[in-house]
Amino acid sequence: MGKITINNLNLYYGDFHALKDINLDIEANKITALIGPSGCGKSTLLKCLNRMNDLVENCKITGKILLDGEDIYNIDVSLLRKRVGMVFQKPNPFPMSVYDNIAFGPRTHGIRSKVKLDDIVEKSLKAAAIWDELKDRLKKSALELSGGQQQRLCIARALAVQPEVLLMDEPTSALDPISTSKIEDLVLELKKNYTIIIVTHNMQQAARISDKTVFMLNGEVIEYNDTEKLFFMPQDKRTEDYITGRFG
Amino acid sequence: MRRKFDEQLELLNQELIEMGALCETAIANAAKALINHDNSLAQEVIRVDAEIDQKEKDIESLCFKLLLHQHPVARDLRQISSALKMITDMERIGDQAADISEIILLGNLHSVDNAVHIDEMARATIKMVTDSIDAYVRRDLDLARAVIDYDDVVDDLFNKVKKEIIDIIGKDKQNGEYAVDLLLVAKYFERIGDHATNIAEWVEYSIMGIHKGGERI
Repeated sequence: MGKITINNLNLYYGDFHALKDINLDIEANKITALIGPSGCGKSTLLKCLNRMNDLVENCKITGKILLDGEDIYNIDVSLLRKRVGMVFQKPNPFPMSVYDNIAFGPRTHGIRSKVKLDDIVEKSLKAAAIWDELKDRLKKSALELSGGQQQRLCIARALAVQPEVLLMDEPTSALDPISTSKIEDLVLELKKNYTIIIVTHNMQQAARISDKTVFMLNGEVIEYNDTEKLFFMPQDKRTEDYITGRFG
Repeated sequence: MRRKFDEQLELLNQELIEMGALCETAIANAAKALINHDNSLAQEVIRVDAEIDQKEKDIESLCFKLLLHQHPVARDLRQISSALKMITDMERIGDQAADISEIILLGNLHSVDNAVHIDEMARATIKMVTDSIDAYVRRDLDLARAVIDYDDVVDDLFNKVKKEIIDIIGKDKQNGEYAVDLLLVAKYFERIGDHATNIAEWVEYSIMGIHKGGERI
């Protein structure tokens, strides 16, 4: 059994059938890439995993998503989001200091001790490979950081609540190649301790960093395989056409 | 972008077909020069070898550009990587046809003994080269596998020729130089058969993603 198991998942936005009979087993401590053309449902699927779609009006979900075998709808939503963290496309630091950004989550979960919070901030920034750059700027506003630093800060913020799974929605699409490379190195490092699911439009990125790749089209999973196999010898013509740019 | 890439892949295909045709010509002419004692044809083979060398450089450069510009995946990646491997074998075929021609020009093979199956060996080798190129052009997996199997025929012929050459030496030691040169020629044909096999294996890889019956990546 995977870290996350998705069984017969269907999602409707009103009349629109956005996800169709999704069945996936997401393996622990692996990087799984979700690829596919815009509107294929990959971000929608990602958001299902920590119940972000709960907030969307007219959204109906059927089927099951299990985290370590437990239905995520039986888990308290704030606890679920602690266990399944998320990093978005655009870095979204809170308009507060670097320190407070990281401490925000732990404080929400009741940690008040300064010593404990100091420790969490340092560990999280170190895990996100940004401690050396920010250790002398903890009191500065996070909004003063560069885009790449902001994104790593957001990853550190996600790590601060000690999640098990990290969902990343195109985390490098707004970044330059150097920042992208740093995030990719970081993601590869993080998979030792976390299960990572990443939505990306960058085929090379998916091929470079992920262990498994899911190709989606029109709300369906077309192919799910080891990344090397999928990019070298895809089994479905639609996958082949998409990854080689022959699509449409 | 994809249209430009498709045009470049088509160009790569054409270049490989041309290089393959040059190899076929080189080995066929080398065999003809051997049987007919045709020195000018042997010289022509050496000239074509230089052309084959240039083609290898051109195709290699095109492949590197495609890897750099297009970041190929799936069948595009298999096509380009197999092309890069195939041209090395094609280039060696050109070299070995030229090596045969150089031996012909030494003049010791002026009358190849009819009892020796070198002519048959040459024909079998030419067939392998032609079929391996055809298999690539037509993406014909069955033909590629037939080429791989046919290598045994050439190997058997080589062993036959070797024995015949030993008999020639046994009959008259004065035949030594002739016999050694003939043996070298036979060995070159046998090696050309191996290169044709390699080409066929890369054709199989480009279609199936499997090399030499190994595991798919």
